[in-house]
Parts: sequence; structure tokens; C-alpha cells
Amino acid sequence: MLKIRNLHATIENKEILRGINLDINHGEVHAIMGPNGSGKSTLSAVLAGREIYKVTKGEVLFDGKNLFDLSPEERAREGLFLAFQYPVEIPGVSIVNFLKTALEEKRKHLGLEPMSPSEFLKMMREKKELVEFDSKLENRAVNAGFSGGEKKKNEILQMAFLDPKLAILDETDSGLDIDALRIVANGVNKLKNENNSFVVITHYQRLLDYIVPDFVHVVFNGRIVKSGDKNLALELEEKGYDWIKKEVDELNN
Amino acid sequence: MDESKKIINQLQDKKYDAGFTTNIEQDIFPPGLNEDVIRKISEIKEEPEWFLEWRLKAFRFWQKQKMPNWAHLDFEPIDFQAISYYAAPKNTPKYNSLDEVDPELLDTYKRLGIPLEEQKILAGVAVDVVFDSTSVHTTFKKELEKLGIIFCSMSEAIKEHPELVKKYIGSVVPYSDNIISALNTAVFSDGSFVYIPKGVRSPVELSSYFRINAINTGQFERTLIIADEDSYVSYLEGCTAPQRDENQFHAAVVEIVALKNAEVKYSTVQNWYPGNKEGKGGIYNFVVKRGMCKGDYSKIFWTQVETGSAITWKYPSTLLMGDNSISEFYSVAVTNNMQQADTGSKMIHFGKNTRSRIVSKGISIGKSQNSYRGLVDIKKTAENSRNYTQCDSLLIGDKCGAHTFPYINVDNQTATVEHEATTTKIAEDQIFYCQQRGLDEEKAVALIVNGFAREVMAKLPMEFAAEAKKLLEITLEGSVG
Ligand SMILES: Nc1ncnc2c1ncn2[C@@H]1O[C@H](COP(=O)(O)OP(=O)(O)O)[C@@H](O)[C@H]1O
Ligand SMILES: [Mg+2]
Repeated sequence: MLKIRNLHATIENKEILRGINLDINHGEVHAIMGPNGSGKSTLSAVLAGREIYKVTKGEVLFDGKNLFDLSPEERAREGLFLAFQYPVEIPGVSIVNFLKTALEEKRKHLGLEPMSPSEFLKMMREKKELVEFDSKLENRAVNAGFSGGEKKKNEILQMAFLDPKLAILDETDSGLDIDALRIVANGVNKLKNENNSFVVITHYQRLLDYIVPDFVHVVFNGRIVKSGDKNLALELEEKGYDWIKKEVDELNN
Repeated sequence: MDESKKIINQLQDKKYDAGFTTNIEQDIFPPGLNEDVIRKISEIKEEPEWFLEWRLKAFRFWQKQKMPNWAHLDFEPIDFQAISYYAAPKNTPKYNSLDEVDPELLDTYKRLGIPLEEQKILAGVAVDVVFDSTSVHTTFKKELEKLGIIFCSMSEAIKEHPELVKKYIGSVVPYSDNIISALNTAVFSDGSFVYIPKGVRSPVELSSYFRINAINTGQFERTLIIADEDSYVSYLEGCTAPQRDENQFHAAVVEIVALKNAEVKYSTVQNWYPGNKEGKGGIYNFVVKRGMCKGDYSKIFWTQVETGSAITWKYPSTLLMGDNSISEFYSVAVTNNMQQADTGSKMIHFGKNTRSRIVSKGISIGKSQNSYRGLVDIKKTAENSRNYTQCDSLLIGDKCGAHTFPYINVDNQTATVEHEATTTKIAEDQIFYCQQRGLDEEKAVALIVNGFAREVMAKLPMEFAAEAKKLLEITLEGSVG
């Protein structure tokens, strides 16, 4: 699914990613943890194709294709989805309209006919149910005046609609109360199958109680410094990141 | 079958014949403006003496006027003596089939969803008599006549309904109002006339059926709409299709009168040729539009979507005379490339408990300049009147400009006047968010712009709204990257 090799990236000439290596296979869930500022959001933005970040070294294969040959919208249409840590507002554009536009772009890319209004409504009903999305929100403008939790649920609704091959969730759990957290996690679990993969960026073990990861990676200073199974997350929860920082320092000395 | 075809052919020939009844030299006047020109226009149109006198007064007033220079517009002075002031309506088609028409133009029509037969007329292609707009016109007119609604050309109204014309024309926009109203009064060739009798609600949007007929009345258009007590009408002006015109200078006047309890909705989509990327060749569009809420509880609603013209100078306004009268102005103005627009609204409150609302959305792209100019004027008599003005600008790129000139005058302390203004740029993270969902940059910008303009677009009549939305998208093309 995704092969990241020695990925380096900068913003404003400041090197943020310093050699990321990661393999993600079909059907796997990977959790990425690490202190603030270590480069987790940068990694997701680089994969999604945000122009303000410059890739200076390394390569990424997405289903065998060179990811950097694709524009951001092509990556999206090919099935790469990013649930943003800070979803932006688009005033005046209703969620329904936004979903419909996005879906049609994807269908066009796949050579499919536009959906009929009744098919779309049916899909809308199904997906809303799947992620327990509040119907009152669907005619409101995308994220405009939404609470933090509403924004995150909107991200999950979009993910359900676009049914991605690879979904990256950037701190989707931050700021969620326990009910919202369960809804988000359930959504992911229902969408999960042997053909798609998830990357879950989080600070908290509690999300990983619901979405059980196959692998846990710790990012520090723009590198993956430790990988393990779900027990690594428990260990981090208990001990914090300091021992990892120490390990890294020792290695460097 | 053959027989009927023959008859149709004959009818068709006749129709084109009719276009040539005046002799060729009279088809178009030589350039220049003087009293003789005005007399000749009036004569061709067989106008009554009082009408000619009114035109001449306007002309004499016009001679003493100068073009105003307060607008935020930059253009070469207009040489009024280089313009021809009358051209007979031409019925001769320029082309025999759509194959001969500029494919780019046809592509635009198609994307706007304009029916094939209308495309032909717009592009100047000969049409089958099967789609004879005049016959559609007549059946439709009969329907309206049953209700007592008068909907005809201004020339016809002057002849057939002189008492109504005499009473109301110039009553909202006197010729002496400004240089444009004076010029238009002196030389206008035609336009539309609407009268809705007491207690009648027009069952259809007027002029939507006639968008084609409205074309080529062109350069100096005159419209008068009278809504009698307790009546209702929705009137649509213009066309989303890009309109070309040999005449660079347009000066139109629209007058609306709403009597007691009457309601008038006036919607405009303006897409005159804006000129090329360097700003060459576009239309200068100078318009005086004004409504009068004459009776108590009367209402006038303006909605406009302005995407065309090199220069736009237009301030649809309402005089709120009647107590408890209401007026609203909703506007989207898009400028691209070298376009310049100075547009807005005036709400002048005389009556008690009068209410007005102005919502203006300006979108500037390229090197264009987009100005909002508005006046809210609360007169001494306007007890408890209220105005709310919201004025939003959206900038795309960093070479364009958005400007707001709100003027407020309050002479009655019981009034409430609110003004809000915002200027925003489309943010990089908004575009990226859309791209991450599969939209390319151009689609993303179009979506964001449509969202920005939604409040206004929602005010358009249904059949106009879908076309106007596509028009916005097409106008934005090539504005990014
Ligand atoms: N737009 C930016 N300009 C300059 N520095 C940035 C920008 N965005 C992120 N950074 C820096 O990059 C580093 C990594 O940030 P980020 O990827 O957001 O970390 P994380 O998601 O792991 O908390 C931080 O030091 C942050 O300050
Ligand atoms: Mg982050």
C-alpha cells in the first residue's frame, strides 16, 4: 500500500522530516505517536501533497505509483485521505454540496457516471448512520462555527463517503469527549477491511483501546525512533516520552 | 406536410422582409447628436408631440452636463459625437448554421445549459420558424392580457397606453437627475413596459420567456414597471450568455413604481462583453435603476449578478416613500482581468417604519478593481426606520483591488443604521482542504466563491439561479495557477 523510504522534508528551509522509513500493507492499522513538534502533521501533509513543504530526499510509493508524481487532488482521487488536525471552514458551502462535489470528482476519476440524486440521498443516509452524524449539521456550511468535536465528526463522515484506500487521521481524537471518541473509533472500525489501511496519529492510549493498532511507531525529531506492537503505546502512556528521548540521545553520543 | 412547409417558408421570408421596410440609409444614423437626430428618432417611432418635447428638454439639459468623476473608474472620456444614436432592429441572420459560429462561444452556451434554439438566436444564426419567438410571445401575451397585465415594448406602450406612460415615465428618474438619465431620455430607442393591475399577481416571471427578445434593444434601453395596489411581479433582466455588442457605450434607465401593498422583484444577470485580457474592446455599462415604494407597505427587491462589461457604473436604488415600505438589494459583482466595477445601492428613507437591507458581495480577480458605493439616507420624516448593510469583498490573487465607499446620512434620531464590512482572501489552506478531497484548484476556487456568494444567489429565481452559478464558475476560469 505505502512504502516510505528515507523521506526528508523542509519548511522555510528548516528540515522537519529527517529520514522517515515506513511500510504499510493492506489491512493494517498503524499508530503514530510522539511529542508535539516532532513532525507527525508534517508527515501527513507531505503525503497529502501540501505545497508549502518541500521534499528534499527520499521516495514514497503508493500502491506501486510514485506518490510525488501525483497532484494533491489526484492522490485524493486515488484513495489517499487525510482527516485534518485542524479542519478549515468553507463559509457558504453546505456539507451536502461539499460531499457531492468531492464524490463526483472521485467518480469521474474512476470513469463512473455521476450519481443520481436518489442514489446520493441513499448513500448519505447510510453513511450518516455509519458514523452517527447529526442530520442537523448537513445543511450547514462546512465547519463554519462547528465545535471541535463536530469538525472531527465531519472529517469522519467525509472519510466514510470517499471510502479511501489509505486514511490518515491526524489527532482526530484530540478534544473529543468520550462519546465522540467512541463514535469516531466505531466509524473507523466499520470502514476497516482487508483492503484498506489506516494511519492513526494520536497522543492518547484511550483511542487505541477502540482502534487496536497492528503497529505503533514513535516519531521524534523527524525520525521514527521506535516501533513495536500495541504494547508500546501502553508503555508510552505509563512512562511518557522521556525515556525514548534518552535512548535516542545515548545512541547519538 | 409539403404545403405547410411552404407556408412556413413564406412566413419566414415575410418576417425578414419586414426588417427592411425602412430604406437602407435610414437603417443606421451617421454618428453625432443634435436636435435633428432626436426629432428623427421620435418621428421613426411615431411618437406623440409631448413625448418629443420631453426628449428635447432632456437633450438641452444633457448638453450642459459633464461626465461625473467621483466613481472609482479609470477610462478614456467618451466622445458622444462619435456614436450613432439609432439603428433599426436587424433581423438578418449572420450565419446559416451553428457550424459557422465561433466554437468557443458555443461551448460557453452549452455549459450554461442554454437550449439549442436559443443558442442559434444568440449567436445570430437563422432559425426555423418552428421556434418563432414572436409567436411564443403572442400566446404568452394573451395569457397575461386575460389578467389585465400589460407587458410590451416601450414604443408600443407610448402608442397604446399613453396615459400610463405619461403619468409615470420620468417620475422616479427625472431626466434632470444626471447626465446618463438625460442622455437616455433624449435618445432611447426601446425597452420594456410592464403594468400589473390592482390585486393581480403575475403568474410567471416576466421576461424569462423573452430573454432573446430583450437582446439588441441594446444601447439605450428604457424600462418602466408599474405595480398597482396589492399586485406582485417578478421581472428578470438580462441573460447569462456572453453578449457581444458593437456599441461600446451603454446608458440605460430602469424605473419601478410600487403602489400601496405592491411587491416588485427585479433580478438582473449582466454578462456584457468585458473586453480581452488587456482590457480592449469591452462594454461601458452606465445604468440608472431606481424604484419608488410609493404606497404604504410596498416592497421592492433588487437582485443582481454582475460579471460582464469593461466598466460598470450602476447603483440600483429605492426611494422609500410609503410608510412601512421595504426594500432590499442583493448583489454579486465579479471583476476579472482589467474589468472595473463601481456599483452598489442607495436606500432613501422618507416614510415611517421603513426598512431596507443591502447585501453586497464583491469578488475581484486578476488586475481588476471592484468598488462598492452605497448611500443610506434617513430623512427627517422617517421615524423608526431601519437599514442593515453588509458589504463583503473577496480577493483572488494580489494584483486586484476591492474598495468600499459607504455613505450614511441620518436626520431622524429614532432610526437604526447598521453597517458591516469584511475583506477576505481565499486562503491556501482552504484550497488545499478541497484538493485533499479530490477537487482541482480551479474547482476549489469556484466552490469557495459560490459559497461566498450563496446568500445572494439564493435570492435569484430558481430558473436563473442554476445558470448564474455556472456563469460564476466560467467567469473564474483561468483565474488561478
Ligand atoms: N508553517 C510552518 N512554518 C514553520 N515551521 C513550521 C510550520 N509548520 C510546522 N512547523 C514546524 O515543524 C515542526 C513539526 O511540526 P508538526 O509536524 O506540526 O509536529 P507534530 O504534528 O508532530 O506536533 C515544528 O517544529 C513546527 O514548529
Ligand atoms: Mg500535529
